[in-house]
Amino acid sequence: MEYVIEMLNIRKEFPGIVANDNITVQLKKGEIHALLGENGAGKSTLMNVLFGLYQPEQGEIRVNGKPVKITNPNIANDLGIGMVHQHFMLVEPFTVTQNIILGSEPKTKFGTINLKKAEKEIQELSDRYGLKVDPTAKIRDISVGMQQRVEILKTLYRGAEVLIFDEPTAVLTPQEITELIEIMQSLVKEGKSIILITHKLKEIMEACDRCTVIRKGKGIGTVDVKETTVNELASLMVGRDVNFQVSKTPAEPKHEVLEVKDLYVKDSRKVDVVKGLDLKVRAGEIVGVAGIDGNGQTELIEAITGLTKSYRGNILLNKKDITNKTPREVTESGLGHIPQDRHKYGLVLDYTIGENIVLQTYYQKPYSKNTILNHDAIYKKAEELIAMYDVRTPSAFTPARALSGGNQQKAIIAREVERSPELLIAAQPTRGLDVGAIEFVHQKLVEERDKGKAILLVSFELDEILDVSDRIVVIYDGRIVADLDAKETNERELGLLMAGSGTDKAGVSK
Amino acid sequence: MKKSKLFWITLIVGLVALLAACGSGNGDETADTDNSNANEGEDSSDFSVAMVTDIGGVDDKSFNQSAWEGISAWGEEHGLSKGNGFDYAQSNAPEDYVPNITRMVREGYSLIYGIGFELKEDIQNLANQNPDVYFGIVDDVVEGDNTVSITFKEHEGSFLVGVAAAMKTETNKLGFVGGIDSPLINKFEAGFIAGAKSINPDIEVDVQYAEHFGDASKGKMIANDMYNSGVDIIYHAAGGTGNGVFNEAKDLKNADPERAIWVIGVDRDQHDEGQIGEHNVTLTSMVKRVDVAVQDVAQLAMDGEFPGGEQLEFGLEENAISVATTNEEAMTEEIINEVKKWEESILNGDIEIPYTREALEEYLDSL
Amino acid sequence: MIFNKKFAPLLIPVISVLLGLLVGGIIMLISGYNPIAGYQALWLGAFGDAFTIGETIRRTTPLILTGLAIAFAFRSGLFNIGAEGQVIVGWLASVWVGIGIEAPMIIHLPLAILAGMLAGALWGLVPGLLKATLGVHEVIVTIMMNYIALYVSNEIIRSVLTDHATKTEQIASSASLSAEWLQSLTMYSRVHYGILIAIFAAAIMWFLIERTTIGYELKSVGYNQFASRYAGMNVKKNIILSMVISGGFAGVAGAMEGLGTYGNIHLMSGFTNLGFDGIAVALLGSNHALGVVIAAFLFGSLKEGAGQMPTSAGVPIELVDIIIALIIFFVASSYIIRLAILRFKKEGK
Repeated sequence: MEYVIEMLNIRKEFPGIVANDNITVQLKKGEIHALLGENGAGKSTLMNVLFGLYQPEQGEIRVNGKPVKITNPNIANDLGIGMVHQHFMLVEPFTVTQNIILGSEPKTKFGTINLKKAEKEIQELSDRYGLKVDPTAKIRDISVGMQQRVEILKTLYRGAEVLIFDEPTAVLTPQEITELIEIMQSLVKEGKSIILITHKLKEIMEACDRCTVIRKGKGIGTVDVKETTVNELASLMVGRDVNFQVSKTPAEPKHEVLEVKDLYVKDSRKVDVVKGLDLKVRAGEIVGVAGIDGNGQTELIEAITGLTKSYRGNILLNKKDITNKTPREVTESGLGHIPQDRHKYGLVLDYTIGENIVLQTYYQKPYSKNTILNHDAIYKKAEELIAMYDVRTPSAFTPARALSGGNQQKAIIAREVERSPELLIAAQPTRGLDVGAIEFVHQKLVEERDKGKAILLVSFELDEILDVSDRIVVIYDGRIVADLDAKETNERELGLLMAGSGTDKAGVSK
Repeated sequence: MKKSKLFWITLIVGLVALLAACGSGNGDETADTDNSNANEGEDSSDFSVAMVTDIGGVDDKSFNQSAWEGISAWGEEHGLSKGNGFDYAQSNAPEDYVPNITRMVREGYSLIYGIGFELKEDIQNLANQNPDVYFGIVDDVVEGDNTVSITFKEHEGSFLVGVAAAMKTETNKLGFVGGIDSPLINKFEAGFIAGAKSINPDIEVDVQYAEHFGDASKGKMIANDMYNSGVDIIYHAAGGTGNGVFNEAKDLKNADPERAIWVIGVDRDQHDEGQIGEHNVTLTSMVKRVDVAVQDVAQLAMDGEFPGGEQLEFGLEENAISVATTNEEAMTEEIINEVKKWEESILNGDIEIPYTREALEEYLDSL
Repeated sequence: MIFNKKFAPLLIPVISVLLGLLVGGIIMLISGYNPIAGYQALWLGAFGDAFTIGETIRRTTPLILTGLAIAFAFRSGLFNIGAEGQVIVGWLASVWVGIGIEAPMIIHLPLAILAGMLAGALWGLVPGLLKATLGVHEVIVTIMMNYIALYVSNEIIRSVLTDHATKTEQIASSASLSAEWLQSLTMYSRVHYGILIAIFAAAIMWFLIERTTIGYELKSVGYNQFASRYAGMNVKKNIILSMVISGGFAGVAGAMEGLGTYGNIHLMSGFTNLGFDGIAVALLGSNHALGVVIAAFLFGSLKEGAGQMPTSAGVPIELVDIIIALIIFFVASSYIIRLAILRFKKEGK
């Protein structure tokens, strides 16, 4: 069998840790090969080795059977290896063509850039692989899915034979994901080979031929996708059996805890992003907000929590008006918030776990008295919560920075849940977490619901929304466009609604 | 409260004593013990002189440098060398004055000069504490039998360069750039304006202070403003700041060699600073012979005739103030003659040169 | 294991200082001076006898306070370059009160110090307000405030406090920090009680930062403004408060000069550099109260001892400035040293 790329027994060390330990990946020509592993398992390190950004301590890379030394990304490009990055590297005010030729501009005989020729070439490439990209469109005017295709075109334009996709579906709608998989399949049909980095098992099952699993820096093995199951892949990735179904009893919603009425919020550029939004969350239920990033979710949460001001409408928490109150007033009114960006908002990374545990309560007894802190009380509480929520940390005095993402999230959840708020807002609570931690987070949300709290869950992961929520609302263009029972809807319906093409359903709160 | 204060004091005293003990334990064989012995059995051959600069530094191309030249000349005349008979200590900040002067006292120098009015207070204090050592201050006045104060009649020299500038100007607009607005620099300002207006009462003088003696970029900025507004001659009394004035003048001259642009230097003959290609923008300089004064006093002290408690004022009469005529092309005979005429009336006592702004106003009213 | 975690923060400044001294020694050697004689002179210049020790302590006093000022602002994520100007206004205000008021010492002295503190705090308030309300970067504003302080105080000395003289009269003895017995003990150095105030201030800074909710908020804002806002802290208030307290420390540094060292204020032909040196002190002291005290003492010793090097060892004063600059350089590049330690540790295994 012919392999286009072989990475044999790769070992890469960083001071203190072994990021890749004896990993072997062999990519056949014309296959889609998944690289599966939890966050921090060493997938990115491995691909950076292939892309020439790191040098391995041990092991060999072969391209088309010949051993090569890839010491920088240019060599990787010359060898026909292209990378579609998770975070697009595009210049927004430039056109598609300008972005694609950036760095390797075709010249006319006068030495100026030959845009016409480039546009023609890109149009041809686009047609050939069914990418449907307009070469003259400006990047800022096209959708995220389209931007990703521009990234794909960029690698193709540079003559890539092997394409590496780094978590490409994280930013896409379900429909776009389907389209992406189609594009990948047409690329393979044209003789390209693809490595897909992901931790989403469903995509692997749908799109890939074979799958190499990495766990904690070690290569676990390569399996044929046709001969495996989601559960087998999951247990290979995590190293134990995983329960995907969130076990919960039907919700028993009671009184209204949160009521948002006709809310309008502008974003930092003074553009309306929440436009007359209505929303209700009752005690004892989990309401999931489904929607594509950028449809007003962030601003909605910021307005509720007091981080940003709304200019019209009302927010009521337990019948009390908290519109445009300060974050402290809102918090004290009984709101808990697991923020979307835990590094930016959730934690002071240079503070110890103990100090982070009292981030909203440090000024209250027993943590301080007459402005003088009581470290004993703070760390006693911290140690209690660390044990209760199974936060894996050397001690309560360890800086939050030193913890893994999952344990950081556990600490935040411990803090927010511990204050026993009436309303708990969980924004992207499992982003970047591994399967085990996701299980934990979901379980905690359901537990809180069962204690009679109101939970508002905002997530871009439809699976999560569908699994955890009791009721699902769809946010599109700053409004709630649908209000559905979680048991009676499905991914397809939600996907259409999220893209703005759904018909208004009954039950939209007015 | 009282108890804790006592505790702190005890702690400090203990610390000081401890450090003193280990300090002296380490450094007994240093020069200061030898030298202080030498100071007691003083005969004329052991006479030594030191100076402490102000923050301009010893190579300020101005009066610190001039003073050091005077002391060096005196030392070499008596077969001494730097560090052995005469020396200087450079101050980087005002807080260095006391340690520097003290160091010189303990090195056993017989006569210690403080160069510049900024050292007045510290020289005064140390003179009081060390009655056996002679102290001198330049540009200000201190009291005590072991001190001498050396001042200059800068207003006389400034008057004469004012006369020269008034003769030379084509635009009838002159500029004055001072270091710090202070009584000393006001002497320069008053003299200069009086001199210029004595020739032509309609002459305008733009007066600016840089508030700094070492900020050349500030000097350049002020000069740029002045030259742009029609000023063609700038007199600076601003030490290192004045270097910026020279720079600006040279830049302008370089851009347009035909343009008549001049600078009047201060303290030393600043002819060299004005050279640009074949041209020289230094019209003249108000030369203040700090070197002569310092050297004279050192000699007097060595000869046992230290003018203790006196305030020596050096002026035209003592040949300690003069007007440079190095730029022969610019300083025409006509100008030199006019300057000489006024110089004589000063020496004869025919006119009294103002040295404060108030006196200047009276003088101008009397014109 | 010597590279114990506990000593790591201490180790880096110490290595920086040693490296600075080493490279300084090499430079002396290359320039044809005897480094041993040079450093011996440096030692004697700082600790040779009671006088130099007194002067070293005196020199250390304001540096502790400006170091604290800058460290305090640093802890809340602000870069207070304006300590320089805050020193000047603090100096001016304390002398003004020292001259203009008649009162018994128990009132007069604290009042004069308080005046210096308030003036410095006011000078910190302006950039703090501008930063908090309009988002103007504090570095730019504080640099400008430095010049305003310098020129305004010169003008006040000239036109308000005196009749066009270069320095004010001496403060009343009831406002003076200097003590005859301390001076005579140290052969008439200018050492004064200020060192006690400086050390007390360091203790206050430590307590404020480590033990109070105020410090908890300030540090939190310094580390992460977003999380602080999320947690319900008033970020704007904390920025202003931090600059005000920082300015207060610097103002007291000025008061030390006005009430202790000089007993007056003179026309300044340039900056005192106390504020700027404070940046290096804070850096060397890892923005920690105790670290600042030690670093200020080191700086004071270096600067005081430096004066002896030209006289005893013939080493030019500029070279001493180079050595100090080298130490700061090595502190600033502590990242490199940290890396080297890590490498060393790894190979040592």
